[in-house]
Amino acid sequence: MTAPNTAGWRPEMGPAQHPDHEDAPRLTHSGDRALMLEEALIFELGRFDATGVDIDEPELEPMSALSGFLRQAAPALPGLTEPETVRHYTRLSRQNYAIDLGPFPLGSCTMKHNPRLNEKVARMAGFADIHPLQPVSTVQGGLKVINELAHWLITLTGMQGVAMTPKAGAHGELCGVLCIKAAITARGEDRTVMLVPESAHGTNPATAAFAGFSIENIPATAEGRVDFAALTARLGPDVAGVMITNPNTCGLFERDMKAISDAVHAAGGYVYCDGANFNAIVGKVRPGDLGIDAMHINLHKTFSTPHGGGGPGSGPVVLSKALCPYGPIPFTELFEDGHLTLVEEETAATRQPHSFGRMAAFHGQMGMFTRALTYILSHGADGLRQVAEDAVLNANYVLRSLDDVLDAPFGAAGPCMHEALFNDDNLPDGFSTLDIAKGLIDEGFHPMTVYFPLVVHGAMLIEPTETESKAGLDRFIGSMRSLASRAKAGDTSLKSAPHFAPRRRLDETQAARRPVLAWRGDSGE
Amino acid sequence: MRYLPLTQDNRTAMLGVIGAATIDDLFVDVPAEARLSGPIAGLPLHASEMAVERHMGALAGQNLSAGAAPFFLGAGAYRHHIPASVDHLIQRGEFLTAYTPYQPEIAQGTLQVLFEFQTQVARLFGVEIANASMYDGSTACWEAVAMAGRVTKRSRAVLCRGLHPHYAATVATMAKFTGDTIDYRTPKLEAETDTAGVIAAIDDQTSCVVVQYPDILGRIPDLAAIAEAAHAKGALLVAVVTEPVALGLLEAPGNLGADIVVGEGQSIGVGLQFGGPYLGLFGCREKFVRQMPGRLCGETVDAEGKRGFVLTLSTREQHIRREKATSNICTNAGLCALAFSVHMTLLGGTGLAKLARVNHARAQQAAQRLAQVPGVSVLNTAYFNEFTVVLPRDARDVVRELAERKILGGVSLGRLYPAAGELANGLLVTATETTTAEDIEALATALEGVLA
Repeated sequence: MTAPNTAGWRPEMGPAQHPDHEDAPRLTHSGDRALMLEEALIFELGRFDATGVDIDEPELEPMSALSGFLRQAAPALPGLTEPETVRHYTRLSRQNYAIDLGPFPLGSCTMKHNPRLNEKVARMAGFADIHPLQPVSTVQGGLKVINELAHWLITLTGMQGVAMTPKAGAHGELCGVLCIKAAITARGEDRTVMLVPESAHGTNPATAAFAGFSIENIPATAEGRVDFAALTARLGPDVAGVMITNPNTCGLFERDMKAISDAVHAAGGYVYCDGANFNAIVGKVRPGDLGIDAMHINLHKTFSTPHGGGGPGSGPVVLSKALCPYGPIPFTELFEDGHLTLVEEETAATRQPHSFGRMAAFHGQMGMFTRALTYILSHGADGLRQVAEDAVLNANYVLRSLDDVLDAPFGAAGPCMHEALFNDDNLPDGFSTLDIAKGLIDEGFHPMTVYFPLVVHGAMLIEPTETESKAGLDRFIGSMRSLASRAKAGDTSLKSAPHFAPRRRLDETQAARRPVLAWRGDSGE
Repeated sequence: MRYLPLTQDNRTAMLGVIGAATIDDLFVDVPAEARLSGPIAGLPLHASEMAVERHMGALAGQNLSAGAAPFFLGAGAYRHHIPASVDHLIQRGEFLTAYTPYQPEIAQGTLQVLFEFQTQVARLFGVEIANASMYDGSTACWEAVAMAGRVTKRSRAVLCRGLHPHYAATVATMAKFTGDTIDYRTPKLEAETDTAGVIAAIDDQTSCVVVQYPDILGRIPDLAAIAEAAHAKGALLVAVVTEPVALGLLEAPGNLGADIVVGEGQSIGVGLQFGGPYLGLFGCREKFVRQMPGRLCGETVDAEGKRGFVLTLSTREQHIRREKATSNICTNAGLCALAFSVHMTLLGGTGLAKLARVNHARAQQAAQRLAQVPGVSVLNTAYFNEFTVVLPRDARDVVRELAERKILGGVSLGRLYPAAGELANGLLVTATETTTAEDIEALATALEGVLA
């Protein structure tokens, strides 16, 4: 464990040394405090007549045929010059925590380092500045990127094909579920039930419901896995399939996965696997060998495309032989002479006659494909396997370095995969998971995922990823142990953490009760 | 391996702490018969940064980029100049490598940007509120149809003929599975939109009318008339804007009676990128807020009374409501929303208005010049920066022949509507501020050659 930072203030030292007190003034004239910078809204800073872009004078007046359609007044959007704009967003950026600043151990989110080569490649003019509807003869390199990435994804998962167009994980789930629905319809059957374990991500039941299925929950066993007996007992002619996350959201591998797949198939259903946690097993096991029919892959998790403060994501879906005929258009097709084409509306009727259709405009998240392929080529087959091993090693190291001070509900049963799960059982009365999370903010870390999965009370789900060093993990572990002991000592300053962040705890109740979703300061409302 | 910080000594020491002899002891739950014994055969091994950059650079070099040729494509994706500061700011690690702002105390940067973005989108669209973005315009369009169903408790949607066919296909795909009825027909090659036809299709079971503005052929539909007709039947008007720069010149859909306005935000701040990632815009009247899909950022105060922002109304969302959520959406398009917001801040309303007028002027110049090409006629009475020309033969062939002359001459209607033979001679041509007089002359001259 690292030594405590003796130079800085920590809450357990008591209030006397807080920089807000004694020899330091509490307030400044500006409201800023050295590098802690406040920033107004653009609507308070900008002027309606200002612009930071020099634009030529229009050569012609609007055509007369437009006269009835012209905007009565320019949109009430304030503008800023370039220096003001750069400063506004740079100051705002400093109020964000990010992977580039430290560990971001959000369970189930795989917040790994985003290699900068990926960004450089995505900005090459040949990728960044091509239009989706250019003649295919002028975008052969773009189609090759899609095709090459598709080949990697199919091979790494041991599946038959891949739908590349889904725009995020949940969109990929929808793609997989629509393939299942189309396959069942093609068999002339009407199966209306989707089985979803209670530990599933919320997107799973939301997706299946969106596609018109009714949802039935499957319970978990005491050791955090799908209850195989309960699942097989529920199978029948009304069950379309099951949506399972593997490794699951408790950070455990579903040992019975192959038996589950076999049972579901025998009962006429399909197996959807939520691939959010693929990072734990890439290169170690192929989902296709476990009987999976469809699995989305979050390129923004396993394959390091940036999360960007909430997207964009990308969620290609690998498909089994049984589901491939129903996959969406468009997709790439490789000819013997090496040239590629797109199977889209024009040729779909002959090339993919059973496709369930189109999920979105154009051909998918190309900007994410270039980044993910760059990441994959950097690692290669050997490096990707090392990724999974180091991710699992880091998680188990965290698990065993904390399980004497925090309760690990499934820790006794064996190793975890890529994330370590704790609950709030060992926290004293009056202290909650939320307090530990907010305390981590003061310690300079992003909190872990909290209160998920729902099957564990006060869950704390820690996913360090493979890009954390041992020294970085030791610092994090030291902070976690300090927080656990402060809670045990009844340190109430933890209840009001964070103390050092740009904001204290925010009033979410007020935000939801009286929603203010847009700035109205200039309209007198 | 340059991205993996653990050393062999680290790994050994950590296995010791864990009490495992080998790394495979941590994978005991994976059935032995499914465990791979080594790197998957037939795939390349790790490579240096230089080697990967060389490989990817070679692939990029096989594409004809828009900046390297006279370029006239649109149809839902538009090439505009993006100020250098936009890309610089979105590459700041604090934005690029942050997650969804679930811990608001250390995510005020992203949250304030989203609040500003929502306000910008709402004002651009002329509606009261907007969400924190969706995947893209086409999926936002589907979400609008679904939302109109929730609001009106009806399930029949009328899509105007001028809706982008990919958008219509996306809506149709989803409707197949939800049981909604979709009334949609391909457009006719006519100078004006079919306002009377749209109005005639609205009945007492109609949840919404979806109208693209400007439409896929570049025409400007009469939103106000359609809004009035829709409202008279208790239906909502969903306006779809695939080229938001147009709203610097044209009246905002919300001011013409649209109840929900969705769009593709790619034009502002986000590059072409071969079709994605793009940026779904979604705005509506405030009274519908609890039926909205997607994330919303709201203003509140912290424990010291300071203004701050949080994700709010999450009781609509999947991670709380699960199968009862308004949408299954989890990820939005945060970084693209940031790019949009930065670019819009640089432009301001004044800059946007001027940019729109320059786009419209260049389109007029292009239309006037192309109309002089023998055998070519301009279809539209009115347009913004995109219009349809009718050629004497199949535009798909013409586009290919132009490409052989290194001219990216537009989007053929045959590619968008392969089943509609009567549209085959139509070509969509777009001009923006990036289009020069030389580009227009090059297209016209090449077209004269190809059609001769």
